[in-house]
Amino acid sequence: MDNILLLIEAPFLSVQAILDGIIIGALFSLAAYGMALVWGVMRIINIAQGEFVILGGYVAYFLYEAGIHPMFGIPVAGVVLFVVGYGLYKVVIYRVVDKDLFISLLATFGLSILIQQLMNIMFGADVQIAEAGFGTSFMFDYNVTIPHIRIVTFIVSAFLGALLVIYIKRSRLGQAIRATAQNARAARVMGIDTDHVYAMTFSLNAAICGATGALVAMTFAIHPYIGLPYTIRSFMIVIMAGLGNLPGVIAAGTGIGVAEQFADYIFGAEFRMAFIFLLLVAFLVWRGRMLARKREVLK
Amino acid sequence: MRIFNIGIVLLSGIFLACSSIAFAKVTGDTITLGAAVSLTGKYSTNGKHTKNGYELAKNKLNAAGGVKVGGKSYKLDIIYYDDESTPARAAQLAERLIKQDGVKFMLGPYSSGLTKAIAPVTEKYKIPMVEANGASRSLFTKGYRYMFAILTSADQYLASAVDLAAAAAEAKGKSASSLKVAMIFENDPFSQDVRLGVVEAYKNHGMKAVVDDKLPKNIDDMSASLAKVKATRPDILIVSGHSKGAATAIRQISQMRVDVPMLAMTHCDSAGYKEKFGDAAEYTLCAAQWHKSLSYSDSLFGSAADYAVTFKGVYNYDPPYQAAESSAALQVWKDAFERAQSFDTDKLRDALAVTKMQTFYGNISFDSTGKNLGKPMVLFQVLDGKYKVVSPPKWASTKLVHPRPKWSER
Repeated sequence: MDNILLLIEAPFLSVQAILDGIIIGALFSLAAYGMALVWGVMRIINIAQGEFVILGGYVAYFLYEAGIHPMFGIPVAGVVLFVVGYGLYKVVIYRVVDKDLFISLLATFGLSILIQQLMNIMFGADVQIAEAGFGTSFMFDYNVTIPHIRIVTFIVSAFLGALLVIYIKRSRLGQAIRATAQNARAARVMGIDTDHVYAMTFSLNAAICGATGALVAMTFAIHPYIGLPYTIRSFMIVIMAGLGNLPGVIAAGTGIGVAEQFADYIFGAEFRMAFIFLLLVAFLVWRGRMLARKREVLK
Repeated sequence: MRIFNIGIVLLSGIFLACSSIAFAKVTGDTITLGAAVSLTGKYSTNGKHTKNGYELAKNKLNAAGGVKVGGKSYKLDIIYYDDESTPARAAQLAERLIKQDGVKFMLGPYSSGLTKAIAPVTEKYKIPMVEANGASRSLFTKGYRYMFAILTSADQYLASAVDLAAAAAEAKGKSASSLKVAMIFENDPFSQDVRLGVVEAYKNHGMKAVVDDKLPKNIDDMSASLAKVKATRPDILIVSGHSKGAATAIRQISQMRVDVPMLAMTHCDSAGYKEKFGDAAEYTLCAAQWHKSLSYSDSLFGSAADYAVTFKGVYNYDPPYQAAESSAALQVWKDAFERAQSFDTDKLRDALAVTKMQTFYGNISFDSTGKNLGKPMVLFQVLDGKYKVVSPPKWASTKLVHPRPKWSER
């Protein structure tokens, strides 16, 4: 109750929450879009999504340690993770593409544990950050702060998102990806090398995660075991938005981001995840009802 | 054929007997201790510090003539297993150490959570354990008789910061009860224990809490809590959430320009605080079990500073307190063996219970619950990129800078 009063007494807190939420939401949307891509095209729910993100974060971190500005980490992590993704596809994922969903869940879950442990052995269990050193802006007499890195994050996320959409719409590979998503068998009949499409889709997703991870290393902190929240959030955003629905992904991403911030204020951060899941359940029930109503009209 | 079968049975019997002799608690001139430590998993960094601490003290003790019991010198040996940073595995390994390897003298794992998993096992088999890395208060409320902790319990970590703020207020002619406290703690047993100690301390001074947030275990963002801190303008901000909590807090406090007169935390050094954050870390107060500048000493390692030099010579990095306290655990065992003059676990337990000694790590004496009462926590302040001891006053190498300068004035 006190917390709600505080929000009303200090309106700038709401401004801060909304700004933070939108910016964080943009970051989640990006990872979620990659997940939706893999899910839609290959029918694989990638549990290792969060680990790809953290791996990308480490790329940015190592550049930073080597004296290179971590912003370069965004493209470099993208490329590195693209290669990693391609390798993983050739070793593991291609074996589970047309299999039961349960098998691919297990396979990617195994991958996520493997990557965590490898990161732990190779990079150590310490918390790492990459400092971009961009400074901070202030509004309302220092009451609302916007670290510039968050603005950069927002812009880069939006830019990458847009780039991806155009790529999927216009490019030859993008068209092949969409055709495979619609009907893999028909696409194969039409001469599309679906195996290649799958490999590219999975690698593309890894690359997106890598770029996201570089941003995470600059805005938050990374260590080998913090991938799971990114997987969970991506998963929730995709469930809310549905597959192949980019505006939906963006709306759900920022929506969840803002809701999280307000939940933090009102209930305290310990109930953040509980609140978000509650929201998810409420949303699914509501959508189920809407669909049921639609079906009745059709009858 | 029958003879052959009997032969096999006999042979395996002999092997079995030999193997149990080979692994028993004391064989020949070797005393074997056992420890499950986290060599992989999320605690692997601190697990490694723990093992290094044990190893250093073991080698040093053996080189100095070992442990003398009944006129004979014994060397120490330690069996390690990797508990993978998971409590279930740690408990399994404790069973294995005791039942299969026949270990009768245990050393603790790293972290409160894993110690909590192991203590019921050692208790069940009545095996004494000297642990150096489990500080959680709940370890000392279960009536364990065979567990001895040489570190200060978690509720003492930051209570002294509150006292420090009260003293600073009174020195300026303000009453301590006018101060406002903000608390941001991770929702895990250790951090919540730290919080309990802080709550007790601020209530003693009649202060008021304005923010009291619990954060989820996977902390990656505390901006909402920090915005609340900005809005309520407390006099003290206290944060605890292991390394990632410390790293997240310091980053976001500087990004959001949160101005508080006093900021106190745990896990600054394991978060690599002053190295990674530079100016952003300045003026932060950090709680620690031990520091090399303290004036404790013993005959094995010399002073705390000597220990640091020895450790660095072997492992090539400055010893964090996790390593120091682990080394001290072996010194406590040696002391107990020599006072008990026996390898009987119950006699050893009684000898441990009346331990009263000084080590380079601090004074050690256990109360009836098994926690060390001999040693206070120390508080550092990060000043010019260095950790300076500011509390307790006896060891303060420099004066507390209070209040912290505002961000706009730095």
